[in-house]
Amino acid sequence: MRPRWLVTAGRILTQLSHDRRTVALLLVVPALLVGLFAWLYQSDQVFQRIGPMVMALFPFILMFLVTSVATLRERRSGTLERVLTAPGSKADLICGYALAFSLVAVLQTGVTVGFSVWVCRLELAGSVLQLLGVAVVDAVLGTALGLLVSAFARTEFQAVQFLPVFVFPQIILGGVFMPRQQMPRALELISDFMPLSYAIDGVSQVAAGQGGWVVGRPLLIMAAFAVGCLVAASATLPRRTP
Amino acid sequence: MTETVQPARPPIVSVRGLKVKRGRVQVFDGLDLTVGSGRLTGLLGPSGSGKSTLIRAIVGLQRIQAGQVEVAGLPAGHPDLRHRLAYSSQADGVYLDLTVAQNVAYFTRLAGRPASEVERVIEAVDLSGQAQRLAGRLSGGQLRRVSLAVALIGAPQLIVLDEPTVGLDPVLRVRLWDLFTRLTAQGVSLIVSSHVMDEASRCDDLLLLRQGRLVAATDPVRLLAQTGQPDAERAFLELIRRDQAAAR
Repeated sequence: MRPRWLVTAGRILTQLSHDRRTVALLLVVPALLVGLFAWLYQSDQVFQRIGPMVMALFPFILMFLVTSVATLRERRSGTLERVLTAPGSKADLICGYALAFSLVAVLQTGVTVGFSVWVCRLELAGSVLQLLGVAVVDAVLGTALGLLVSAFARTEFQAVQFLPVFVFPQIILGGVFMPRQQMPRALELISDFMPLSYAIDGVSQVAAGQGGWVVGRPLLIMAAFAVGCLVAASATLPRRTP
Repeated sequence: MTETVQPARPPIVSVRGLKVKRGRVQVFDGLDLTVGSGRLTGLLGPSGSGKSTLIRAIVGLQRIQAGQVEVAGLPAGHPDLRHRLAYSSQADGVYLDLTVAQNVAYFTRLAGRPASEVERVIEAVDLSGQAQRLAGRLSGGQLRRVSLAVALIGAPQLIVLDEPTVGLDPVLRVRLWDLFTRLTAQGVSLIVSSHVMDEASRCDDLLLLRQGRLVAATDPVRLLAQTGQPDAERAFLELIRRDQAAAR
Protein backbone atom coordinates (compact mmCIF):
# COMPACT_ATOMS: atom_id res chain seq x y z
CA MET A 1 0.00 0.00 0.00
CA ARG A 2 1.28 3.41 -0.94
CA PRO A 3 1.80 5.85 1.96
CA ARG A 4 -1.22 8.12 2.29
CA TRP A 5 0.78 11.35 2.12
CA LEU A 6 2.12 10.30 -1.28
CA VAL A 7 -1.42 9.46 -2.38
CA THR A 8 -2.58 12.91 -1.28
CA ALA A 9 0.34 14.66 -2.98
CA GLY A 10 -0.52 12.76 -6.15
CA ARG A 11 -4.14 13.85 -5.90
CA ILE A 12 -3.17 17.53 -5.50
CA LEU A 13 -0.82 17.37 -8.48
CA THR A 14 -3.54 15.69 -10.57
CA GLN A 15 -5.90 18.51 -9.64
CA LEU A 16 -3.26 21.01 -10.77
CA SER A 17 -2.74 19.13 -14.02
CA HIS A 18 -6.39 19.75 -14.90
CA ASP A 19 -5.81 23.47 -14.44
CA ARG A 20 -3.22 24.18 -17.14
CA ARG A 21 -3.59 27.94 -16.85
CA THR A 22 -2.62 27.89 -13.17
CA VAL A 23 0.37 25.69 -13.96
CA ALA A 24 1.47 28.06 -16.71
CA LEU A 25 1.11 31.07 -14.42
CA LEU A 26 3.01 29.34 -11.62
CA LEU A 27 5.89 28.40 -13.90
CA VAL A 28 6.23 31.39 -16.20
CA VAL A 29 5.24 34.47 -14.21
CA PRO A 30 8.13 34.48 -11.72
CA ALA A 31 10.67 34.29 -14.55
CA LEU A 32 8.99 37.15 -16.40
CA LEU A 33 8.97 39.29 -13.26
CA VAL A 34 12.68 38.67 -12.70
CA GLY A 35 13.09 39.71 -16.33
CA LEU A 36 11.26 42.94 -15.55
CA PHE A 37 13.70 43.68 -12.74
CA ALA A 38 16.63 42.93 -15.03
CA TRP A 39 15.27 45.33 -17.64
CA LEU A 40 14.61 48.01 -15.03
CA TYR A 41 18.15 47.88 -13.63
CA GLN A 42 19.97 47.01 -16.84
CA SER A 43 22.67 49.65 -16.53
CA ASP A 44 23.92 49.14 -13.00
CA GLN A 45 24.79 46.42 -10.51
CA VAL A 46 21.49 46.63 -8.58
CA PHE A 47 20.03 43.67 -10.44
CA GLN A 48 22.99 41.48 -9.46
CA ARG A 49 22.09 42.17 -5.81
CA ILE A 50 18.28 42.19 -6.06
CA GLY A 51 17.82 39.39 -8.62
CA PRO A 52 18.51 36.47 -6.25
CA MET A 53 16.42 38.09 -3.52
CA VAL A 54 13.46 38.39 -5.83
CA MET A 55 13.82 34.70 -6.62
CA ALA A 56 13.27 33.97 -2.93
CA LEU A 57 9.93 35.78 -2.96
CA PHE A 58 8.07 33.74 -5.55
CA PRO A 59 8.02 30.23 -4.10
CA PHE A 60 6.92 31.74 -0.80
CA ILE A 61 4.21 34.10 -2.09
CA LEU A 62 2.74 31.80 -4.72
CA MET A 63 2.67 28.72 -2.52
CA PHE A 64 1.13 30.75 0.27
CA LEU A 65 -1.62 31.91 -2.03
CA VAL A 66 -2.25 28.60 -3.77
CA THR A 67 -2.28 26.65 -0.52
CA SER A 68 -4.56 28.98 1.39
CA VAL A 69 -7.11 29.00 -1.43
CA ALA A 70 -6.84 25.22 -1.95
CA THR A 71 -7.35 24.35 1.72
CA LEU A 72 -10.18 26.81 2.04
CA ARG A 73 -11.85 25.07 -0.89
CA GLU A 74 -11.38 21.73 0.85
CA ARG A 75 -13.09 23.08 3.94
CA ARG A 76 -16.00 24.56 2.06
CA SER A 77 -16.66 21.78 -0.44
CA GLY A 78 -16.94 19.03 2.18
CA THR A 79 -13.86 17.19 0.90
CA LEU A 80 -11.94 17.98 4.08
CA GLU A 81 -14.63 16.32 6.19
CA ARG A 82 -14.51 13.35 3.91
CA VAL A 83 -10.73 13.05 4.15
CA LEU A 84 -10.92 13.37 7.93
CA THR A 85 -13.48 10.55 8.23
CA ALA A 86 -11.42 8.37 5.85
CA PRO A 87 -8.54 6.27 7.15
CA GLY A 88 -5.35 8.24 7.66
CA SER A 89 -4.04 11.03 9.81
CA LYS A 90 -4.04 14.79 9.54
CA ALA A 91 -0.26 14.64 9.12
CA ASP A 92 -0.82 12.64 5.91
CA LEU A 93 -2.92 15.46 4.50
CA ILE A 94 -0.56 18.22 5.56
CA CYS A 95 2.57 16.43 4.37
CA GLY A 96 0.79 15.68 1.10
CA TYR A 97 0.23 19.39 0.54
CA ALA A 98 3.80 20.25 1.52
CA LEU A 99 5.23 17.63 -0.85
CA ALA A 100 3.03 18.51 -3.83
CA PHE A 101 3.80 22.20 -3.65
CA SER A 102 7.51 21.60 -3.02
CA LEU A 103 7.64 19.74 -6.31
CA VAL A 104 5.93 22.64 -8.04
CA ALA A 105 8.45 24.98 -6.39
CA VAL A 106 11.38 22.97 -7.75
CA LEU A 107 10.01 23.30 -11.28
CA GLN A 108 9.20 26.95 -10.76
CA THR A 109 12.64 27.78 -9.40
CA GLY A 110 14.27 25.78 -12.17
CA VAL A 111 12.52 27.88 -14.80
CA THR A 112 13.21 31.12 -12.93
CA VAL A 113 16.90 30.39 -12.36
CA GLY A 114 17.35 29.27 -15.96
CA PHE A 115 15.73 32.41 -17.30
CA SER A 116 17.64 34.65 -14.89
CA VAL A 117 21.02 33.18 -15.69
CA TRP A 118 20.76 32.61 -19.43
CA VAL A 119 18.45 35.41 -20.52
CA CYS A 120 18.89 38.10 -17.87
CA ARG A 121 22.63 37.48 -17.42
CA LEU A 122 22.40 37.13 -13.67
CA GLU A 123 25.81 36.13 -12.34
CA LEU A 124 25.39 33.17 -10.06
CA ALA A 125 28.49 32.32 -8.00
CA GLY A 126 26.86 29.43 -6.13
CA SER A 127 25.43 26.15 -7.35
CA VAL A 128 22.02 25.90 -8.96
CA LEU A 129 21.33 22.74 -6.98
CA GLN A 130 21.79 24.58 -3.69
CA LEU A 131 19.51 27.32 -4.94
CA LEU A 132 16.82 24.74 -5.71
CA GLY A 133 17.27 23.33 -2.22
CA VAL A 134 16.67 26.70 -0.60
CA ALA A 135 13.69 27.25 -2.89
CA VAL A 136 12.10 24.01 -1.71
CA VAL A 137 12.38 24.99 1.94
CA ASP A 138 11.07 28.42 0.95
CA ALA A 139 8.06 26.83 -0.77
CA VAL A 140 7.35 24.51 2.16
CA LEU A 141 7.42 27.60 4.35
CA GLY A 142 4.86 29.35 2.13
CA THR A 143 2.70 26.21 2.06
CA ALA A 144 2.89 25.88 5.84
CA LEU A 145 1.94 29.50 6.44
CA GLY A 146 -0.86 29.25 3.86
CA LEU A 147 -2.26 26.14 5.55
CA LEU A 148 -2.18 27.87 8.91
CA VAL A 149 -3.66 31.15 7.77
CA SER A 150 -6.46 29.57 5.74
CA ALA A 151 -7.96 28.37 9.03
CA PHE A 152 -8.79 31.97 9.83
CA ALA A 153 -10.45 32.77 6.52
CA ARG A 154 -14.12 32.04 5.97
CA THR A 155 -14.23 33.01 2.30
CA GLU A 156 -11.88 33.06 -0.67
CA PHE A 157 -11.95 36.86 -0.56
CA GLN A 158 -10.61 36.85 2.97
CA ALA A 159 -7.95 34.30 2.08
CA VAL A 160 -6.66 36.56 -0.70
CA GLN A 161 -6.75 39.56 1.63
CA PHE A 162 -4.41 37.73 4.00
CA LEU A 163 -1.66 38.21 1.43
CA PRO A 164 -1.19 41.93 2.22
CA VAL A 165 -1.55 41.19 5.93
CA PHE A 166 0.87 38.30 6.32
CA VAL A 167 3.15 38.53 3.30
CA PHE A 168 3.60 42.17 2.25
CA PRO A 169 5.22 43.25 5.55
CA GLN A 170 7.67 40.39 5.16
CA ILE A 171 8.58 41.58 1.66
CA ILE A 172 9.01 45.19 2.76
CA LEU A 173 11.15 44.28 5.77
CA GLY A 174 12.88 41.25 4.26
CA GLY A 175 15.96 43.04 2.99
CA VAL A 176 15.13 43.53 -0.68
CA PHE A 177 14.49 47.26 -0.45
CA MET A 178 17.05 47.97 2.24
CA PRO A 179 19.61 45.68 3.84
CA ARG A 180 18.16 44.64 7.17
CA GLN A 181 21.20 45.94 9.13
CA GLN A 182 20.48 49.47 7.89
CA MET A 183 16.85 49.49 8.99
CA PRO A 184 15.68 51.27 12.14
CA ARG A 185 16.52 48.97 15.05
CA ALA A 186 12.87 48.22 15.87
CA LEU A 187 12.12 47.16 12.29
CA GLU A 188 15.26 45.06 12.14
CA LEU A 189 14.11 43.25 15.28
CA ILE A 190 10.67 42.68 13.79
CA SER A 191 12.22 41.35 10.59
CA ASP A 192 14.18 38.86 12.72
CA PHE A 193 10.89 37.17 13.46
CA MET A 194 9.76 37.03 9.86
CA PRO A 195 10.58 33.79 8.07
CA LEU A 196 10.84 35.38 4.63
CA SER A 197 13.86 37.41 5.85
CA TYR A 198 15.78 34.16 6.16
CA ALA A 199 14.65 32.94 2.76
CA ILE A 200 15.91 36.13 1.15
CA ASP A 201 19.13 35.89 3.13
CA GLY A 202 19.63 32.22 2.24
CA VAL A 203 19.09 32.70 -1.47
CA SER A 204 21.42 35.72 -1.68
CA GLN A 205 24.14 33.85 0.23
CA VAL A 206 23.87 30.88 -2.13
CA ALA A 207 23.90 33.19 -5.14
CA ALA A 208 27.01 34.86 -3.76
CA GLY A 209 28.76 31.51 -3.62
CA GLN A 210 28.67 31.17 0.15
CA GLY A 211 28.26 27.84 1.83
CA GLY A 212 28.42 26.15 5.20
CA TRP A 213 26.88 27.81 8.21
CA VAL A 214 26.23 31.12 6.38
CA VAL A 215 23.64 29.24 4.30
CA GLY A 216 22.85 26.55 6.85
CA ARG A 217 21.71 28.95 9.55
CA PRO A 218 18.92 30.68 7.57
CA LEU A 219 17.92 27.29 6.15
CA LEU A 220 17.56 25.82 9.62
CA ILE A 221 15.56 28.79 10.85
CA MET A 222 13.24 28.54 7.83
CA ALA A 223 12.76 24.83 8.44
CA ALA A 224 11.95 25.50 12.11
CA PHE A 225 9.37 28.12 11.13
CA ALA A 226 7.87 25.73 8.59
CA VAL A 227 7.59 22.85 11.07
CA GLY A 228 6.07 25.20 13.65
CA CYS A 229 3.47 26.41 11.14
CA LEU A 230 2.67 22.85 10.03
CA VAL A 231 2.14 21.70 13.60
CA ALA A 232 -0.04 24.72 14.31
CA ALA A 233 -1.92 24.13 11.05
CA SER A 234 -2.64 20.58 12.11
CA ALA A 235 -4.22 21.97 15.26
CA THR A 236 -6.45 24.18 13.11
CA LEU A 237 -7.88 21.11 11.37
CA PRO A 238 -10.10 19.71 14.12
CA ARG A 239 -12.08 16.64 13.21
CA ARG A 240 -14.91 17.76 15.44
CA THR A 241 -16.38 21.15 14.72
CA PRO A 242 -19.14 23.05 16.54
CA MET B 1 -50.71 -3.74 15.53
CA THR B 2 -47.65 -5.66 14.44
CA GLU B 3 -45.21 -6.82 17.03
CA THR B 4 -42.16 -4.76 17.83
CA VAL B 5 -39.29 -6.10 15.78
CA GLN B 6 -36.27 -6.39 18.02
CA PRO B 7 -33.00 -6.72 16.15
CA ALA B 8 -31.19 -9.85 17.27
CA ARG B 9 -27.77 -8.17 17.21
CA PRO B 10 -26.75 -5.26 19.45
CA PRO B 11 -27.52 -1.87 17.90
CA ILE B 12 -24.92 -0.49 15.47
CA VAL B 13 -25.49 3.00 16.86
CA SER B 14 -26.62 3.99 20.30
CA VAL B 15 -27.14 7.57 21.38
CA ARG B 16 -27.71 8.40 25.04
CA GLY B 17 -28.41 11.80 26.56
CA LEU B 18 -26.92 13.62 23.56
CA LYS B 19 -26.68 17.39 23.99
CA VAL B 20 -25.45 19.53 21.14
CA LYS B 21 -25.34 23.28 20.84
CA ARG B 22 -24.53 24.87 17.49
CA GLY B 23 -23.92 28.58 17.83
CA ARG B 24 -26.74 29.81 20.02
CA VAL B 25 -29.10 27.03 19.04
CA GLN B 26 -29.58 24.08 21.39
CA VAL B 27 -30.04 21.41 18.71
CA PHE B 28 -30.33 18.42 21.06
CA ASP B 29 -31.08 18.57 24.75
CA GLY B 30 -30.84 14.95 25.82
CA LEU B 31 -31.52 12.77 22.77
CA ASP B 32 -31.75 8.97 23.13
CA LEU B 33 -32.06 6.51 20.26
CA THR B 34 -30.66 3.33 18.79
CA VAL B 35 -30.13 2.16 15.24
CA GLY B 36 -30.50 -1.54 14.49
CA SER B 37 -27.60 -3.51 13.09
CA GLY B 38 -28.00 -4.69 9.50
CA ARG B 39 -31.09 -2.53 9.01
CA LEU B 40 -31.93 0.21 6.58
CA THR B 41 -32.87 3.05 8.89
CA GLY B 42 -34.54 6.14 7.54
CA LEU B 43 -33.84 9.35 9.41
CA LEU B 44 -36.71 11.65 8.59
CA GLY B 45 -37.88 15.04 9.58
CA PRO B 46 -38.48 18.55 8.34
CA SER B 47 -35.41 20.65 7.49
CA GLY B 48 -33.87 22.09 10.63
CA SER B 49 -34.98 19.14 12.74
CA GLY B 50 -31.41 18.07 13.51
CA LYS B 51 -30.94 15.22 11.02
CA SER B 52 -27.56 16.42 9.76
CA THR B 53 -26.33 17.26 13.27
CA LEU B 54 -27.24 13.77 14.45
CA ILE B 55 -25.43 12.27 11.47
CA ARG B 56 -22.37 14.40 12.14
CA ALA B 57 -22.42 13.22 15.77
CA ILE B 58 -22.59 9.59 14.64
CA VAL B 59 -19.65 9.93 12.25
CA GLY B 60 -17.66 11.82 14.88
CA LEU B 61 -17.50 15.26 13.26
CA GLN B 62 -19.81 17.07 15.66
CA ARG B 63 -18.52 18.60 18.87
CA ILE B 64 -20.97 17.54 21.58
CA GLN B 65 -21.74 19.05 24.98
CA ALA B 66 -22.78 15.91 26.80
CA GLY B 67 -24.00 12.38 26.28
CA GLN B 68 -22.64 9.33 24.52
CA VAL B 69 -22.65 8.28 20.92
CA GLU B 70 -21.44 4.75 20.27
CA VAL B 71 -20.93 3.09 16.91
CA ALA B 72 -20.34 -0.67 16.84
CA GLY B 73 -19.50 -0.49 20.54
CA LEU B 74 -16.84 2.20 20.09
CA PRO B 75 -17.17 5.90 20.88
CA ALA B 76 -18.08 7.87 17.73
CA GLY B 77 -15.02 9.22 15.96
CA HIS B 78 -12.75 6.38 17.18
CA PRO B 79 -9.89 5.89 14.68
CA ASP B 80 -10.80 2.19 14.23
CA LEU B 81 -14.18 3.28 12.91
CA ARG B 82 -12.66 5.06 9.94
CA HIS B 83 -12.27 1.72 8.15
CA ARG B 84 -15.73 0.51 9.16
CA LEU B 85 -17.87 3.57 8.61
CA ALA B 86 -18.57 5.50 5.42
CA TYR B 87 -20.15 8.89 5.29
CA SER B 88 -21.47 11.10 2.57
CA SER B 89 -22.45 14.60 3.66
CA GLN B 90 -24.94 16.98 2.14
CA ALA B 91 -22.07 18.88 0.59
CA ASP B 92 -20.94 16.38 -2.00
CA GLY B 93 -17.35 16.28 -0.86
CA VAL B 94 -16.11 15.72 -4.38
CA TYR B 95 -13.09 17.38 -6.01
CA LEU B 96 -14.59 19.28 -8.92
CA ASP B 97 -11.23 19.54 -10.69
CA LEU B 98 -10.76 15.77 -10.80
CA THR B 99 -12.56 13.24 -12.99
CA VAL B 100 -15.09 10.88 -11.47
CA ALA B 101 -12.60 8.00 -11.62
CA GLN B 102 -9.81 10.12 -10.10
CA ASN B 103 -12.04 11.15 -7.20
CA VAL B 104 -12.98 7.56 -6.46
CA ALA B 105 -9.39 6.35 -6.97
CA TYR B 106 -8.07 8.87 -4.43
CA PHE B 107 -10.38 7.71 -1.67
CA THR B 108 -9.82 4.06 -2.64
CA ARG B 109 -6.08 4.52 -2.16
CA LEU B 110 -6.59 6.37 1.14
CA ALA B 111 -8.59 3.39 2.36
CA GLY B 112 -5.84 1.05 1.14
CA ARG B 113 -8.25 -0.87 -1.09
CA PRO B 114 -7.41 -2.50 -4.44
CA ALA B 115 -7.82 -0.48 -7.63
CA SER B 116 -10.58 -2.82 -8.83
CA GLU B 117 -12.85 -1.10 -6.30
CA VAL B 118 -12.94 2.03 -8.46
CA GLU B 119 -14.81 0.39 -11.31
CA ARG B 120 -17.10 -1.53 -8.98
CA VAL B 121 -18.42 1.47 -7.04
CA ILE B 122 -18.72 3.67 -10.13
CA GLU B 123 -20.80 0.96 -11.74
CA ALA B 124 -22.91 0.59 -8.59
CA VAL B 125 -24.08 4.18 -8.95
CA ASP B 126 -24.54 3.97 -12.71
CA LEU B 127 -21.78 6.38 -13.65
CA SER B 128 -19.59 4.13 -15.80
CA GLY B 129 -20.29 6.29 -18.84
CA GLN B 130 -19.13 9.41 -17.00
CA ALA B 131 -16.04 7.94 -15.31
CA GLN B 132 -13.59 10.03 -17.34
CA ARG B 133 -15.51 13.29 -17.06
CA LEU B 134 -14.48 16.11 -14.76
CA ALA B 135 -16.71 16.19 -11.68
CA GLY B 136 -17.16 19.93 -12.21
CA ARG B 137 -18.93 19.23 -15.51
CA LEU B 138 -21.51 16.89 -14.00
CA SER B 139 -25.10 17.65 -13.09
CA GLY B 140 -26.16 17.93 -9.46
CA GLY B 141 -27.65 14.46 -9.45
CA GLN B 142 -24.53 12.94 -10.97
CA LEU B 143 -22.40 14.65 -8.31
CA ARG B 144 -24.57 13.12 -5.59
CA ARG B 145 -23.86 9.75 -7.10
CA VAL B 146 -20.09 10.34 -7.18
CA SER B 147 -20.37 11.17 -3.50
CA LEU B 148 -22.32 7.98 -2.94
CA ALA B 149 -19.77 5.93 -4.91
CA VAL B 150 -17.02 7.13 -2.57
CA ALA B 151 -19.12 6.00 0.41
CA LEU B 152 -19.37 2.50 -1.08
CA ILE B 153 -15.59 1.99 -1.23
CA GLY B 154 -14.33 -0.92 0.82
CA ALA B 155 -16.59 -2.97 3.01
CA PRO B 156 -18.03 -0.53 5.53
CA GLN B 157 -20.13 -1.95 8.33
CA LEU B 158 -22.16 1.22 8.54
CA ILE B 159 -22.95 3.64 5.74
CA VAL B 160 -24.35 7.02 6.72
CA LEU B 161 -25.84 9.08 3.91
CA ASP B 162 -27.15 12.59 4.39
CA GLU B 163 -29.90 13.26 1.83
CA PRO B 164 -28.41 11.04 -0.89
CA THR B 165 -31.35 11.29 -3.26
CA VAL B 166 -31.77 15.07 -3.41
CA GLY B 167 -31.93 16.27 -6.99
CA LEU B 168 -32.30 12.78 -8.49
CA ASP B 169 -35.02 11.83 -10.91
CA PRO B 170 -37.57 9.18 -9.83
CA VAL B 171 -35.99 6.38 -11.89
CA LEU B 172 -32.57 6.89 -10.34
CA ARG B 173 -34.07 7.30 -6.93
CA VAL B 174 -35.70 3.89 -7.16
CA ARG B 175 -32.44 2.35 -8.38
CA LEU B 176 -30.51 3.80 -5.47
CA TRP B 177 -33.06 2.55 -2.95
CA ASP B 178 -32.75 -0.88 -4.58
CA LEU B 179 -29.01 -0.60 -4.04
CA PHE B 180 -29.54 0.32 -0.36
CA THR B 181 -31.80 -2.70 0.10
CA ARG B 182 -29.19 -4.96 -1.53
CA LEU B 183 -26.51 -3.60 0.81
CA THR B 184 -28.57 -4.37 3.92
CA ALA B 185 -29.21 -7.85 2.54
CA GLN B 186 -25.42 -8.25 2.62
CA GLY B 187 -25.40 -7.30 6.30
CA VAL B 188 -24.43 -3.63 5.99
CA SER B 189 -26.22 -1.16 8.26
CA LEU B 190 -27.45 1.99 6.56
CA ILE B 191 -28.66 5.29 7.92
CA VAL B 192 -30.24 7.43 5.23
CA SER B 193 -31.67 10.84 5.94
CA SER B 194 -34.38 12.29 3.78
CA HIS B 195 -37.09 14.85 3.90
CA VAL B 196 -39.00 13.06 1.16
CA MET B 197 -41.45 11.15 3.30
CA ASP B 198 -42.45 8.71 0.59
CA GLU B 199 -38.97 7.23 0.73
CA ALA B 200 -39.89 6.04 4.22
CA SER B 201 -41.72 3.03 2.83
CA ARG B 202 -38.40 1.67 1.51
CA CYS B 203 -36.83 1.57 5.00
CA ASP B 204 -36.77 -1.19 7.63
CA ASP B 205 -36.87 1.24 10.53
CA LEU B 206 -37.85 4.87 10.79
CA LEU B 207 -36.69 7.61 13.10
CA LEU B 208 -38.67 10.83 12.94
CA LEU B 209 -36.99 13.92 14.30
CA ARG B 210 -38.65 17.22 14.90
CA GLN B 211 -37.02 20.25 16.51
CA GLY B 212 -34.23 18.11 17.95
CA ARG B 213 -36.53 15.55 19.54
CA LEU B 214 -37.27 11.98 18.53
CA VAL B 215 -40.96 12.07 17.71
CA ALA B 216 -41.23 8.45 16.64
CA ALA B 217 -39.08 5.33 16.34
CA THR B 218 -41.13 2.97 14.25
CA ASP B 219 -41.25 1.04 10.98
CA PRO B 220 -43.31 1.65 7.83
CA VAL B 221 -46.06 -0.86 8.64
CA ARG B 222 -46.57 0.32 12.20
CA LEU B 223 -46.40 3.93 11.09
CA LEU B 224 -49.48 3.55 8.90
CA ALA B 225 -51.27 1.39 11.45
CA GLN B 226 -50.63 3.81 14.31
CA THR B 227 -51.79 6.84 12.42
CA GLY B 228 -54.52 5.26 10.31
CA GLN B 229 -53.25 7.12 7.26
CA PRO B 230 -52.93 5.73 3.73
CA ASP B 231 -49.35 6.88 3.03
CA ALA B 232 -46.15 7.84 4.80
CA GLU B 233 -46.40 11.54 4.05
CA ARG B 234 -49.82 11.91 5.65
CA ALA B 235 -48.78 9.62 8.49
CA PHE B 236 -45.88 11.90 9.31
CA LEU B 237 -48.06 14.98 9.18
CA GLU B 238 -50.41 13.23 11.58
CA LEU B 239 -47.52 12.36 13.95
CA ILE B 240 -46.28 15.94 13.85
CA ARG B 241 -49.81 17.20 14.52
CA ARG B 242 -50.09 14.91 17.54
CA ASP B 243 -46.66 15.99 18.73
CA GLN B 244 -47.65 19.65 18.49
CA ALA B 245 -50.87 18.97 20.34
CA ALA B 246 -48.99 17.13 23.08
CA ALA B 247 -46.49 19.98 23.40
CA ARG B 248 -49.24 22.50 24.02
